[in-house]
Amino acid sequence: MSPAGRTVRPVSIASFAQMQNVRRDDEHNEVEMLMPVVAEVFGTIGITKDDVDFICSGSTDYLIGGPFSFVMALDAVGVWPPRAESHVEMDGAWALYEAWTLLQEGEVDAALVYSFGRSSLGDLREILTLQLDPYYLAPLWPDTVSLAALQARALIDSGKSSEAEFAAIAARSRKDALANPKAQVAGDRSVDELLRDEYVVSPLRRHALPPITDGAAAVVLAAGDKARQWSDKPVWITGFDHRMETHSLGARDLTSSPSTAKAAEVAGVHDGPVDVAEIHAPYAHQEVIVREALGLDDSVRINPSGGPLAANPMMSAGLIRIGEAAERIRSGQAGRAVAHATSGPCLQQNLVCVLEGA
Amino acid sequence: MADDSTIEGRGPVTTLATPIRLDFDFTPGIAQSVFLRGLARGRFMGQRCPKCGKVYVPSRGSCPTDGVPTTEDVELANVGTVTTYCVVNVPFAGQSIEIPYICAQVLLDGANLSFMGLIQEIPTDEIRMGMRVEAVWVDEADLTPSLASVKYFRPSGEPDADYESYKEYL
Amino acid sequence: MAEHEALHASHVLEYPYSRSVGPVIGAFLTGLREGRLTGVRGAGGSVIVPPTEYDPTTGEDTGELVEVGPGGVVETWAWVEQPLPKQPLDHPFAWALIRLDGADTALLHVVDAGDPGSIATGDRVTVRFRPEADRVGSMADIEAFVPEGSA
Repeated sequence: MSPAGRTVRPVSIASFAQMQNVRRDDEHNEVEMLMPVVAEVFGTIGITKDDVDFICSGSTDYLIGGPFSFVMALDAVGVWPPRAESHVEMDGAWALYEAWTLLQEGEVDAALVYSFGRSSLGDLREILTLQLDPYYLAPLWPDTVSLAALQARALIDSGKSSEAEFAAIAARSRKDALANPKAQVAGDRSVDELLRDEYVVSPLRRHALPPITDGAAAVVLAAGDKARQWSDKPVWITGFDHRMETHSLGARDLTSSPSTAKAAEVAGVHDGPVDVAEIHAPYAHQEVIVREALGLDDSVRINPSGGPLAANPMMSAGLIRIGEAAERIRSGQAGRAVAHATSGPCLQQNLVCVLEGA
Repeated sequence: MADDSTIEGRGPVTTLATPIRLDFDFTPGIAQSVFLRGLARGRFMGQRCPKCGKVYVPSRGSCPTDGVPTTEDVELANVGTVTTYCVVNVPFAGQSIEIPYICAQVLLDGANLSFMGLIQEIPTDEIRMGMRVEAVWVDEADLTPSLASVKYFRPSGEPDADYESYKEYL
Repeated sequence: MAEHEALHASHVLEYPYSRSVGPVIGAFLTGLREGRLTGVRGAGGSVIVPPTEYDPTTGEDTGELVEVGPGGVVETWAWVEQPLPKQPLDHPFAWALIRLDGADTALLHVVDAGDPGSIATGDRVTVRFRPEADRVGSMADIEAFVPEGSA
């Protein structure tokens, strides 16, 4: 293997597709949600399921309350003859990491990665409590918004940010989302206006929270000849790493993200200039923390897609960051981009992916 | 929340009850709704794959082999063939049927996917692979979009099916 | 309703989990039942509360149990105007990370402060246990923390 996090075998984001992000998809089961996304991610580059050697997905069954829904979801791809397949109970960005690792080893040349989540069927704030330590935290049912609010207060108290900055991040995100047809929440509201929003859990006002989203996304990864065959302008993954911190919230400094900083270092974020960063910071204040941990200066364009404040499909929002960053390079708007994904309460786990054009 | 060990005067706490209850507003999607609505009419509804022509009952909306949408609704027969079975002799929590009973995979005529059904009106030692069975439905007034509409399957009286006709569905 | 529209149904998922807690978490929960707060000494000498079998930062084994609290300092807090049904209090409260006296890490619990003007980072709070007869050895044995002096 290569030094951790660096590419030995060039792997490209050959194709990316995402569902229209919505508050509630009232009509479809997971298979029906995924099928059009999978069809699009193959169709865009003119391939079929038989052209990929490996399938990896990210999802969590608690969202719909049905065990092994990831197994049923495979019906959206069609797995006959028998396919090499894997699944992570993580955002699809981690599924992409697993597939990338397999491609690094040269075992396979192309992989389909997808993720899906319907947050609308249950109470998302309650459901996310189940990811917490079951002895000391989960029995109190501290919901995800409350935990994020504890982090936001710590950040304000540290002097690193303010409610006004949270509002500015939300305003920029929703304004950028006006140009993203797949976004769920978009609009042009001033910071002053946003600062009149009510608190959901103080100090987080409504605008600093991500929307609750039903969504799905898919990426095709390709290496070697297939990468060049499927795209005139391949977008290459040049660095990739993920790190995690303790689940004991009281043992962390919630105002910084050492796991993001470490992943960024290992993935080589600082080896060149960064034009665009797609940051998976579901709560506005978390963008401040991640931006600092990634070491990005003010010249870097953050979340031109609108980011997770414009659409936050559980299990897909991280994968979408990678897809969106790749699209910026493919369209010529960026030469080098960084994508970030997070999982767990208060940025517990973080993934960093560096992308470059040819 | 307490168990015996946590009552005052007993030893140290060794276990912690952490019950979880989550409420969902579930939707089975379009294709499975076709199947469920059929049950409310006393009919088995499946869907056909436009590529390989196989009929799935119930369909989840895609052909699991080809990965394409199944859009054509197909009504299936009320009779089918037992492809395989087991006899349940073990009581378990939530069991609503008197043991022993027969649990079988039934391949409805016209379908390319078997599904699980209860077999009644036959001694458990007379069940066999290839037996032809028919669905017995609840009274019309009690039909709902649920598998509870099917009371059980029972022998149809037809001669057993030839092994060749169902061997691919085992 | 048209044939090609999706049905809906309410669906309840329940898991009656019962977990074995082991010697360290068990000691903390036993302490709660007896109205005490317990920490554990990490390899570097720091005191971890709530206690774990391993140091959450280094992963090294932890050592002796030590008593901490009952007072502590609010490290950060968040005000909940509308509690969710399963949360510890049914009236407005603050979540807080509380560093108990003698501890080097913070414990998450609620502060029954009355209104958001009555709590700030750095404030001292103290534990309010449930009545002894109601304590079973769980985090809920702590009814809430309250501002020091108001207990």
